Amino acid sequence: MELLCYIPLLFAVGFIINGAVGLFSEKYRSSENIIHTVACGVAIISSAIALYVLADFIFLNHPENGIFEQIIYQWIPAGNFSVEIGFQLDALSAVMLFVVTFVGMLIHIYSTGYMHGESGYYRFFAYLNLFMFSMLLLVLGNSFLLMFVGWEGVGLCSYLLIGFYIKKKSAGDAGKKAFVVNRIGDFGFILGIFCIYSVFGTLDFTSVFSAVAEKEEVLMHMTPLGITVVTAITLALFVGATGKSAQIPLYVWLPDAMEGPTPVSALIHAATMVTAGIYMVARCHPLYDLAPISLTVVATVGALTAIFAASIGLVQNDIKKVLAYSTVSQLGYMFLGCGVGAYEAGIFHLMTHAFFKACLFLGSGSVIHAMGGEQDMRKMGALKEHMPRTYWTFLFATLAIAGIPPFAGFFSKDEILFKTFTAENPVLGNFKYFLWFLGAAAAFMTAFYMFRLVNMTFKGESRVPEETAHHLHESPLNITFPLMVLGILSLVGGFVGIPIIEGGNKFHEFLSPVFSIAEHSEGAVHEGAHSIGLEITLMVVSVAIAVAGMMLANYMYLKNKELPKKLAEKYKQMYRVLLNKYYVDEFYEAVFVNGVKKLSRFFWRFDASKIDGLVNFSSDFTVGASHISNFWDAYVVDGMVNGVAKMVKFFSREGRKIQSGLLNSYAAIMLAGVFLLVSILIVMM
Amino acid sequence: MIPLSWYLLLSAGLFVIGAIGVITRKNALVILMSIELMLNSAGINFIAFSSYLRDVTGQIFVVMIIAVAASEAAIGLAIIISMFRNKGSVSFDDYQSLKG
Repeated sequence: MELLCYIPLLFAVGFIINGAVGLFSEKYRSSENIIHTVACGVAIISSAIALYVLADFIFLNHPENGIFEQIIYQWIPAGNFSVEIGFQLDALSAVMLFVVTFVGMLIHIYSTGYMHGESGYYRFFAYLNLFMFSMLLLVLGNSFLLMFVGWEGVGLCSYLLIGFYIKKKSAGDAGKKAFVVNRIGDFGFILGIFCIYSVFGTLDFTSVFSAVAEKEEVLMHMTPLGITVVTAITLALFVGATGKSAQIPLYVWLPDAMEGPTPVSALIHAATMVTAGIYMVARCHPLYDLAPISLTVVATVGALTAIFAASIGLVQNDIKKVLAYSTVSQLGYMFLGCGVGAYEAGIFHLMTHAFFKACLFLGSGSVIHAMGGEQDMRKMGALKEHMPRTYWTFLFATLAIAGIPPFAGFFSKDEILFKTFTAENPVLGNFKYFLWFLGAAAAFMTAFYMFRLVNMTFKGESRVPEETAHHLHESPLNITFPLMVLGILSLVGGFVGIPIIEGGNKFHEFLSPVFSIAEHSEGAVHEGAHSIGLEITLMVVSVAIAVAGMMLANYMYLKNKELPKKLAEKYKQMYRVLLNKYYVDEFYEAVFVNGVKKLSRFFWRFDASKIDGLVNFSSDFTVGASHISNFWDAYVVDGMVNGVAKMVKFFSREGRKIQSGLLNSYAAIMLAGVFLLVSILIVMM
Repeated sequence: MIPLSWYLLLSAGLFVIGAIGVITRKNALVILMSIELMLNSAGINFIAFSSYLRDVTGQIFVVMIIAVAASEAAIGLAIIISMFRNKGSVSFDDYQSLKG
């Protein structure tokens, strides 16, 4: 297990090699083979190490308390404050480690095919390695600060990779949007970290969470805002989570992030980085368990996001945009799970979602690759014959996300819905049934838009333009291999969490050391408190919902093809609102962007007129004063000096005239002088 | 006996004549003579007071004055002669090199 620290470190090495050498060597940049050998090499080696470490952790040397910590060195020792660089492996980070390294490795391999021939090949792989390094810091870090470093690192890489096509303005804009929106979230996150430090005096995970009980008095203290301290902390942290995990109201950046290369969408914007918010909430569950209000907020935001994004996804025509809104929606599910106290269900869905959403994105990438860059589904259709491997893996993943048993998504989604229905949060109350309804409705929509996507892309008659139709081909093996692996995982990935059957839910059992505190103290979740009958009923309901969504999509897009158009005609207003994503972007543009612009313009004017006026006045005043000073100096002071000189000159000119050189006049003057002196003498006497 | 004031009047008269001579005349020799007049007027004063006060000091001064006057006249004549040799004139109008 001591190999743990090499997993992120290898990616850093890969990043440095590709980044530094690529930056300086023109020749290196064009040698794609060396570049992807380095990048994929570190990915494969570290996922092998990760598998070994995980096996060691689970089967051979399971630590007593379930936490393995590896301290590398003292990072910031400053008085009472100290943070170390250290990695922590427990059940939760083990799941994340597996997802990140495994999916990451597959996407590295996929990228060698997808990015083939792109300019900036080395840049792409350097960023990808850097992203993996940051993401692993995020999930393996043993303190809030190290987690924050990873958090910001993945944000940076996300920004860099969204704007990867540097010549496209829309890509740059999308990158900026992601960056700015995430800053808002990060502000909340770091505020939460500050609060945690001020309460606990440390940022180390184990120290913080083990001190929750003894600090309970401080944590439950009422703030002037009318909420407890712990509620304030957890809400602040959740603001960070909404930014990174694209929840209402900070979700707007994720659909735009599809401007980046498709592997990036799969890796960062579906499988790993965007789940950081869920990971963080789950990691902080001892705090959230003390704050039922925050949990209610988390669950409500999650459920609203799930249905909101799903409804937008219903009408989008861009294949990647549908998947993007689907991601936002599924992330909402995960938060719903966490919000009702079923953290393991949220994490379970996180894992299965990583498999099938990565598969979907990579599949869409394969399609886009074959279509020569076309992303509009209206120009596709009947691709099934041309791309069988892509089609089948895509179908598997679609079945998984729609929640059709026995595919992976069914187990995780059903568990979340079940846990929502049976949640026991006193603040939530009967509101949970409404949340369950939202979740179920979103599930219906998910099934519908995913099969709409499949039907429009792979089935029906071909709408592919003539010239592209000739080039249609199945993607090469380095693209289809990751698809197949992920497709199989979409099928079998859920079996680790089979409900009802005693001991069937291995996943839950595995995570229980991490979340067990939650169940015993607050009683957010009670296992077996509800009848198996209820669970089966709900399960049947959710399967029925998924199948209904699937059938409707098949009916509308395969049998009765005029129906979608008719519906769009009939509910024109509604359709337009959905197509334009509820005008949220426009609303933000008008209120926040333009508001800020107006405010800045106001400040600029204030600056230009008042502040600059003051500055200019003072400079003018100085100039005027120096003019006066100069005048005084030139005419009065110099005048006095020159006046004395002129006076002396004048008198000496006159005096010269006396010195005539005539002896007689000298004698006369002398005599007159003597006479004068004697006269004065006499008068004085 | 002749009163003291008469001597003083004579002395003053001589001095004034000498002073006017020094101021107005141009000829170097005449000026030299006028200076002699003024010196002698001073000498008369000394002697008059010496006699009047019955004190011999004044007479000693007169002897000194005569000695100084004699040497002055000798040097003055020598200067005048060399001046004449230079310019062929003893008129002070021709000598203005001290002009400012």
